[in-house]
Amino acid sequence: MADTSLHDDARAASRPEAALGDYWALLKPRLMSLCVFTALVGVVVAPASMHPILALASVLFIALGAGASGALNMWVDHDIDAVMKRTRSRPIPDGRVARDDALALGLALSGGSVVMLGLAANWLAAGLLAATIAFYAVVYSMWLKRRTDWNTVLGGIAGAMPPVIGWAAATGTVGWEAVAMFALLFAWQPPHFWALALFVRMDYHRAGIPMLTVTRGRAATRRQALVWAGLTVPASLFLAVSSIGGPLTLAVAVVANAVWLHRAWAMWRRDDAAAEADGHTAEKALFKWSLVYLFAHFAVLALEAGLRGAGLGGW
Amino acid sequence: MYRESETHSRRRGRNFGVLGVLVGFIVIVFGITIAKIQTGGFSEGFDHVARPALAAEPIEGETTE
Repeated sequence: MADTSLHDDARAASRPEAALGDYWALLKPRLMSLCVFTALVGVVVAPASMHPILALASVLFIALGAGASGALNMWVDHDIDAVMKRTRSRPIPDGRVARDDALALGLALSGGSVVMLGLAANWLAAGLLAATIAFYAVVYSMWLKRRTDWNTVLGGIAGAMPPVIGWAAATGTVGWEAVAMFALLFAWQPPHFWALALFVRMDYHRAGIPMLTVTRGRAATRRQALVWAGLTVPASLFLAVSSIGGPLTLAVAVVANAVWLHRAWAMWRRDDAAAEADGHTAEKALFKWSLVYLFAHFAVLALEAGLRGAGLGGW
Repeated sequence: MYRESETHSRRRGRNFGVLGVLVGFIVIVFGITIAKIQTGGFSEGFDHVARPALAAEPIEGETTE
């Protein structure tokens, strides 16, 4: 790992005062938006009525918890971020926010979001949020990310939790449907990320991060992406035939999975030479479809819940 | 002519941001309070009114004095 302490001290001496946007950037807003979307769907599809204000407040606190774990992740990863091109301009390595400030923000938001979610919804949801933040900040950021090439797979546990927490906020329990939403998100993340890693040259090796593309090679990454793409299918179909699914969900799942598997298969079948020759068409196609795949599944579940409320959707 | 320094501009932006967060927090807590009162979650058992019906039945052979 690169020693960046001298670099950090020099930055601190000439550091301008942080702007509001710098603190906002610490919360990883793009990841937060995904958490808002999936947590909201978790609340909406759950078989329990929740006061709209409490539902919105719950989703907000889940998003704040996700933002807190983002800030804590940046606090942990300051040395890694400083040596990678993609992350060098983040607030801490760029010297715009002091590392201790990021820690304080992360801890304050963690405690605040967990307590407020407990008060607004229930303590099961709050406990799940606390566990998710702890997993992402400690188990993933401090340990898994730096030690094993399973980091992408196991790190996905935290990213898959928001719909489960949303479900728990609405019902006070964790049902099989919530577990299936977790499974879908968990299995979706590896192919989504590895498709991106195959066409964007990431410099994780410079930071000493054991990513699959480096440790096992790019051919193995293509194979693993296909395996994990296949593992999303049972979760997707279970959701479609479950109590929160319906004919519309099943139709979307069948189409989305057919394209998803076809594109993962196409990416697996070729090597880097073929990918370089056509500008990584298959890799980009799988990555783009991964975004459609996730959005379509969660959007149609929410739509099905709305239709069910009007006496139209569901089985 | 007066020109605001970048430091002051950043500080002012931050202060307004903190103000927005605090006002937002007040609104959220108020909203949660109203919603909880409407759904009756927190008010049950904490209304400071004597409700003999909630008192435990005395055990047979035991005096209440």
